[in-house]
Amino acid sequence: MEIDANNANYSELNDKIRSAGDECTLKNCLGQRFIAAGMSKKHIDIEGIPGNALGAYLNGAEIIVHGNAQDAVGDTMNEGSITVHGNIGDAAGYAMRGGKIFVKGNAGYRAGIHMKAYKEKKPVMVIGGRTGSFLGEYQAGGIIIVLGLNEDGKPIVGNYPCTGMHGGKMFLRTKNVNIKFPSQVSTNKATKEDIDEVKEHIEKFCECFGYNAEELINDEYIIVTPDSKNPYKQMYVAN
Amino acid sequence: MLKEGEIRIPSGCAIAAVISKDGNMMTGEKIFKSMIPMHDRSNGLGGGFAGYGIYPEYKDFFALHLFFDDNYSKEECEKYLKEKFEIVKAEPIPTRTIPEITDEPLIWRYFVAPLNSVLRAMQLDEKEYVARIVMKINTHFKGSYVFSSGKNMGAFKAVGYPEDVGRFYKLDKYEGYSWTAHGRYPTNTPGWWGGAHPFALLDYSIVHNGEISSYDANRRFIEMFGYKCTLQTDTEVITYIADYLLRKQGLTLEEAASVIAAPFWSTIAAKDEKEKEKLTYLRTVFSSLLVTGPFSIVLGFENGLMALNDRLKLRSMVVGEKDDKVFIASEEAAIRVMEPDAENIYAPQGGEPVIVRVKEGASNGN
Repeated sequence: MEIDANNANYSELNDKIRSAGDECTLKNCLGQRFIAAGMSKKHIDIEGIPGNALGAYLNGAEIIVHGNAQDAVGDTMNEGSITVHGNIGDAAGYAMRGGKIFVKGNAGYRAGIHMKAYKEKKPVMVIGGRTGSFLGEYQAGGIIIVLGLNEDGKPIVGNYPCTGMHGGKMFLRTKNVNIKFPSQVSTNKATKEDIDEVKEHIEKFCECFGYNAEELINDEYIIVTPDSKNPYKQMYVAN
Repeated sequence: MLKEGEIRIPSGCAIAAVISKDGNMMTGEKIFKSMIPMHDRSNGLGGGFAGYGIYPEYKDFFALHLFFDDNYSKEECEKYLKEKFEIVKAEPIPTRTIPEITDEPLIWRYFVAPLNSVLRAMQLDEKEYVARIVMKINTHFKGSYVFSSGKNMGAFKAVGYPEDVGRFYKLDKYEGYSWTAHGRYPTNTPGWWGGAHPFALLDYSIVHNGEISSYDANRRFIEMFGYKCTLQTDTEVITYIADYLLRKQGLTLEEAASVIAAPFWSTIAAKDEKEKEKLTYLRTVFSSLLVTGPFSIVLGFENGLMALNDRLKLRSMVVGEKDDKVFIASEEAAIRVMEPDAENIYAPQGGEPVIVRVKEGASNGN
């Protein structure tokens, strides 16, 4: 079903999406916030520019954006997937605790801020281009993969990646060992076992955007993990 | 009701701007329509615009825009203006009566030139003279408030949603080579006409989305140099900082940006020697003018715009372009309203100024 988003406000638009059945396409989207918030079991194609907090609290729906998206994509999402054929703004995947975000282009500041994992929930974010500063700030779980596929010569991440990171894993497809990380994380060259664990996500990314998976998988990655399971224990008492 | 300056309530906002590098004129309609998709970033307690190149027929005169509470305030203030200026035209600013905008004060504009004899006697240049008079009126004339005081430019603001404020002031009837816009969601002050953005002094105007935490430190410093912050609104102090650094200290825009959004010491340490020395100098000499807390601002000035984020980039800002035009906004959607086919959309980094100037020699109403 086709929905014309032109001039619709976000709650009106979400009502239409909810009553649209299993599949719908939004046309002429322009800045409406909270699209598909909390929705499950649906496939939504978006043409135009969706507004902030696209797919917030998403609970299983599949969203495909045929262009750029703004800030806070997948804010606190729980399940499902968001695929963006362009760039995304700041704070993507804010506190997401499940589901997947695939971005063809670049991400803004604070991508993956406070991502977390619990039992079978393991959020994944794959960024095709580069990211702004504070990537994975306070990351508590889940997997962030940055592929650095752009050719503009700019660094794959901005300043202060992994500030406050205390869980999860981050993969950066780069040979640059000069990136400054905080002292509470370890960086290593990713081993074959490390890559095997996330291979399926890179393959999925390549399937979405038409890249050669084999080449990307066999490339060199840096893996970043926090040093300790409880980095803050010394701030209080030894326990 | 306690007004702006009398109370501080512990902001989401929206900003947008457009400039033609060739100095081509645009009506204000595009810029106020760009605010529509960002409607929810404001709460109806303030909207405003600044247009540059809008008064070509009076381009040699300072255009003073004033709010008056009542006729008594207006008479008192006009008496003072007549002592200080040659007034070549005085008129109410044209407005549309629309249900969305109510409780308007008296809104007037005066095209003025400083009296030469007074200027000579005071040994001041005309900009300093005008700035002092603006400060005087805004602090000493109860019920009168100058909200715009540049040449060939003007700020227009009100309590309301920005798209309504644009219609209220008939901005579709003005033509400018650059425009800035603001939708307000006040968090610290109650929302009064004077407290809406832009904040303007001479030809500098600021629209600001954010909530600066260095307000008092900045205010204390800037008030040593004759500025008076009367509204407890953080944006007012940024306007005065811009005027102080650019006009009084003669800094370049890039240098002023390195003061307001000074890089972290660790970032400075990684620069080459010459750059390190310069940045260290600016951070040390003007340490009280470092603006902390989230902000994205657009500074308007004669023939140009500068957009700047706080160094941690705690507010969003996107830039795009198409042909001779450059667009800046809190959200890409706003840019797409102004130009559906805008290209090279990108988000500048925290503390990275985006400076756009009208090319020299371009016709821009000057």
